[in-house]
Amino acid sequence: MIGEGISRTDGPVKVTGRAHYSLERQEPGQALYGHIVGAGIGYGRIARIDASAAERVTGVHLVWTYHNAPDQGSPEGPEGDMMDRARPEFVSDRIDYYGMPVAFVIADSFEIARHAAGLVEVEYEAEPGRYVLATPAKTAQWKSETRIGDVDAIMAEAVNSVDQLYSTPYHFGQPMEPNACLADWRDGHLTLFLTAQMLNQLISGLAATVKLDRNQITIDSAYVGGGFGSKIVLHAEAVLASLATMHLNQPVKVAFTRRQIFTLVGHRPASISRVRLAATPEGQLTAVGHDAAIQISPSEAWDEAVSSVGRALYATPNLLTRQLHQTLDMKAAEPVRGPGELAGLMVFESAVDELAEQLGVDPVELRIRNDTDYDPDKELPLSGRRLVDCLREGAEQFGWSERPRTATRRDGRWMIGYGVASSMRGHFQTSAEALVRIDPEGWVLVRSDMTDIGTGTYTIVAQVVAEVLGVPMSVVRVELANSNHPKGNGAGGSWGAANTTVSVDRACSTLLERIRAAAGTTYNDIFAEVRRHFPDGLEAIGRQLAGSEDPNYQTFSQYTYGASFAEVGVDIDTGEVRLRRMLGVFAAGRILNRKTARSQLIGGMIWGVGAALHEEAAVDPRFGSWVNGDFAEYLIPTHADIPAIDAIMLDDFDERANHLGVKGIGELGAGGTGGSVANAVYNATGVRIRDFPITLGKLLPHLPRDR
Amino acid sequence: MTDTDGAVVEPVRVSFTINGGLLTLELDPRVTLATALREHLGLTGTKIGCDQGQCGACTVLVNGRRINSCLTLAVMHEGDSIATVEGLGTPEVLHPMQAAFIEHDGFQCGYCTPGQILSSLAVIEEIRAGMPSHVTGSLEGPVPLSDEEIRERMSGNLCRCAAYPNIIAAIRDYAGAKP
Repeated sequence: MIGEGISRTDGPVKVTGRAHYSLERQEPGQALYGHIVGAGIGYGRIARIDASAAERVTGVHLVWTYHNAPDQGSPEGPEGDMMDRARPEFVSDRIDYYGMPVAFVIADSFEIARHAAGLVEVEYEAEPGRYVLATPAKTAQWKSETRIGDVDAIMAEAVNSVDQLYSTPYHFGQPMEPNACLADWRDGHLTLFLTAQMLNQLISGLAATVKLDRNQITIDSAYVGGGFGSKIVLHAEAVLASLATMHLNQPVKVAFTRRQIFTLVGHRPASISRVRLAATPEGQLTAVGHDAAIQISPSEAWDEAVSSVGRALYATPNLLTRQLHQTLDMKAAEPVRGPGELAGLMVFESAVDELAEQLGVDPVELRIRNDTDYDPDKELPLSGRRLVDCLREGAEQFGWSERPRTATRRDGRWMIGYGVASSMRGHFQTSAEALVRIDPEGWVLVRSDMTDIGTGTYTIVAQVVAEVLGVPMSVVRVELANSNHPKGNGAGGSWGAANTTVSVDRACSTLLERIRAAAGTTYNDIFAEVRRHFPDGLEAIGRQLAGSEDPNYQTFSQYTYGASFAEVGVDIDTGEVRLRRMLGVFAAGRILNRKTARSQLIGGMIWGVGAALHEEAAVDPRFGSWVNGDFAEYLIPTHADIPAIDAIMLDDFDERANHLGVKGIGELGAGGTGGSVANAVYNATGVRIRDFPITLGKLLPHLPRDR
Repeated sequence: MTDTDGAVVEPVRVSFTINGGLLTLELDPRVTLATALREHLGLTGTKIGCDQGQCGACTVLVNGRRINSCLTLAVMHEGDSIATVEGLGTPEVLHPMQAAFIEHDGFQCGYCTPGQILSSLAVIEEIRAGMPSHVTGSLEGPVPLSDEEIRERMSGNLCRCAAYPNIIAAIRDYAGAKP
């Protein structure tokens, strides 16, 4: 049962439009509609704000600005915890980032709210803001550093080395379901139908903001229309809908517009990296250096781990990774799928490709020669290290031996190239609890606050229960994503599936032991035994320990691994890059459901394609606004961009991770995949673009003129 | 319902057919078809992803043609016949395209899925009717039911989970097409 490619159990309600996402929930009854007005400057203050015209519109219930907004909790300093911190709105006349909420209108209908929002008059005093990420100076004050040996000395005398600057742009999660909240204050209790990834974690910040006790708040996120990190942190829709329903004693719904998702939800910060590699002529790495500057905001420092994600990717006696924070007057950055890896491995794996080209060593072979089983940062052995297996299997299946020499293969107008890159993603063990109840009537109930954001949680939990208890999946009822349920760590960071299923498995095992003990040697049918010995049914809570409490997690450095292979065509006349095919091979522990896992890995790989070729949020250096903040101009991969892609999951089981052998896969597909696409572009053209994404305007000036 | 000065915006009466049933509504003329379906009729299978015609999540069929229902006002549809995902199949009795999406795992979060499914049904009809697309080689004669044609025509339906290869597999399976 575990591992089988069973179709999603929530499939029938999703494909028929019967799955109700946040705003679509009908329980609270008719709600009022809120709409947020965002600031029209990036930095400065509100000189005057007049909501009187908006307030006069019939059907408007209230308009909040900083003049009249309710009292809220105070934010902590920039070092405060991302989830615990209060995030009040309308605190003062100050504008900290473009689009920051300056007014909030609540009305009888969406149309009235939006119309009235347009009548709020705001005059600003703009002040010069800092909006441009600069290349780190040699005298930079590094925020963090991992240093082994002496990279500078090795680089100074290296015969074969790479020392290059790479940049990655601001990048957004942008799930298809906008951030949205339907809030209902009733009898002193606040219920949020919120599209969110980590419920009990988010309640901490919400309670601090709206000044309630945690136990006065319930979040229900039964269906979530995608997350990718953008629904982890508390945002204005939840804060304002909560405050409004508490104030008006009526349900209130608020959704961000797509353009507001670019201003009111954090992004992956832009980065500028310097990657340094040195190697022997045979391709043995002697030094690895990665310095990265990233954007942070004055209020908060999300440390996108660009520089450090490659630390344990290859063996090296000399290692230096450093991270620099640059404070810009922009919205605070937040987690976005593949935090650290998507940008960091893309540039690092580009540099590895540059080294391979310089040495004349095959890029797959170079990676294999530098395999390691040791994490120099944690000073621990790596568990489940199977990067070489991924590379070898991928090379075989992809037909890597047919890789052309640089800039030699043509297919009509198309210059053809192959590229490879490695992926690696930490496995995070977190505390998690789940309840399993066996009912004598013949069904099993599972409860956890874990969400299913498209990850297949409903399905894999039912599979684990069915296998452990020996019952059909059809009798397993999985209730997720209610904050009143036992607490896990939610969907984020690729830690949901492993930690949730371990807790579910333990609950099932506990129940099975009790039933077997009661039944003695006569144990036959589980429900018959439950009816006989536990006529009221029985339940247990299973627990997964936090990694910090688990000696095993302290003894091994735990990661998942992958290798991606891409073939691209580059139009010799226009520089247009088209992905032609792609293959990923992954070793990520035991796979719980081969169908949903493959989908998630392919989806992640397509994120890598988007990062390499399409996605870039451009900030206007004059105003601090997004130049291209919608789906017409922030380009994400579409059907037409994506040809046949496959993902192979190696048979794997990491007993160091947990007794189920399971790790996570949510980020892994996105890891180094962008690098394989970038390296394929180089192989096709002989042109190395180090400023991502690789767009035709950057390629075209360097393409050969004799066609 | 009001305008700037507090004057009432008169509701407008409109009648159309949804999934075969005739309905008459009194609506603020500013209400889009997408909002009318979701907020006035409880048909929340039609999703709003961008509310500005850039993502395709709100795709419905109007008189057999697919449109972005967020880009059209409800009151413009007097007498029209509108099909939404709720009219296709039920969880118990799925439409074959819905079953193909489940079998091929043509979705993850499911939010773009109703739009993808309605669009895919329209795409097959457009190809069979010989309507050319950007990738059609010749404007004369039949249009092939190829992956390339399907991908091109489905590109107005964004999927951030990026279930694209599985969606194409589902459509191909339903239509009996070859890769």
